[in-house]
Amino acid sequence: MEHYLNMFITAAFIENIALAYFLGMCTFLACSKKVDTSIGLGFAVICVLAITVPMNNLIYNNLLREGALAWVPIFGDSLATQDLSFLGLISYIGSIAAAVQLLEMILDRYAPKLYVTLGVFLPLITVNCAILGSTLFMVDYDYTFAESTVFGLGSGFGFALAIVALAAIREKMSYSNVPPGLRGLGITFMVTGLMAIGFMAFAGIQLN
Amino acid sequence: MQLLGKAEKGALSDPLFENNPIAIQVLGICSALAVTVQLEPTIVMCIALTTVTGLSSLSVSLLREYIPTSIRIIVQMSIIASLVIVVDQVLQAYAFEISQQLSVFVGLIITNCIVMGRAEGFAMQNKPFISFLDGVGNGAGYSVVLLLVATLRELFGSGSLLGIQIMQTASQGGSYIPNGLMVLPPAAFFIIGGFIWVLRTVKPHLVEES
Repeated sequence: MEHYLNMFITAAFIENIALAYFLGMCTFLACSKKVDTSIGLGFAVICVLAITVPMNNLIYNNLLREGALAWVPIFGDSLATQDLSFLGLISYIGSIAAAVQLLEMILDRYAPKLYVTLGVFLPLITVNCAILGSTLFMVDYDYTFAESTVFGLGSGFGFALAIVALAAIREKMSYSNVPPGLRGLGITFMVTGLMAIGFMAFAGIQLN
Repeated sequence: MQLLGKAEKGALSDPLFENNPIAIQVLGICSALAVTVQLEPTIVMCIALTTVTGLSSLSVSLLREYIPTSIRIIVQMSIIASLVIVVDQVLQAYAFEISQQLSVFVGLIITNCIVMGRAEGFAMQNKPFISFLDGVGNGAGYSVVLLLVATLRELFGSGSLLGIQIMQTASQGGSYIPNGLMVLPPAAFFIIGGFIWVLRTVKPHLVEES
């Protein structure tokens, strides 16, 4: 249990997907003007990550990695030695796109209120590099199914936390007098940099 | 006959500063921040991205009349993903160490908004050759910013360029004390923020209303 809790904290704070690896920056900067929108987006990212990372873990472990196809009863040994990991990128992005579509339909049918709130963000998330990035990290670190679920949830939570915090800062910042050239995008970069320094304070935290 | 007309030249040179993908369109920032600690991997990343952007714009533009609008995103996605797989395999075969250093960021070219944005915003409406130039131009615009950031970070962060020591650091008996902030990830934010500031001060029409 402690192992999983530790992983969650690492993924959410210490190796925050937005502020330590800078993934999903396009959406991070573009959708952080208001706290309301950023909460919606953050929630959508948590949902999608919690679904796609474990799903891609299954795809990688049961279909793509070397020797993964050994469970297929036909063709004898020839399948057991195949290494299909070069097909990884295209399968992950395909499964992410499919998962987002499915999630959209399910939400539309069973949770219309949530669907309206998330609205435009869901399709956008397909091309958010935080999602594909988490999957690739999961493959790199060789996580098990349970670990990848926790990792997906943790990184989603970290992203949501970071984007809501940035949105809150930007709302307050509308009262300050920023030099003309820095207005908008420039100052957002600076603020994100300072936030990233703040998040570095979490380094070294461990629950044992 | 001239090879490049006015429109073609514009497609190639506009994205360098006037319509820079990173500083003005805010696309493809993730990798700009994460790979720029050293110059060498940055150069490889720039070449990889420019290749993918150019070729994907070319292929999308060649196929633009046959792609049904309702599924165009997924078609573009698979074209881009296939190109990235090719680039990734080439890097693993010929530049293994650098590909390890870049780790997931080569794969993340798929979701780099520059590639997608140019395929969707330009190549779907334009002829193949000019789309190719537009893709290369945007890749070059991305490279300009990345190379600048990487040069500053490596020079001031560790006193070297491309691994060759330019300024002897204090720990090696020289006089330069490395700026530790430059090696840390947040430095990229400050440098790009500063770059945007300079660019918008020089070209005031780019300043945002707020």
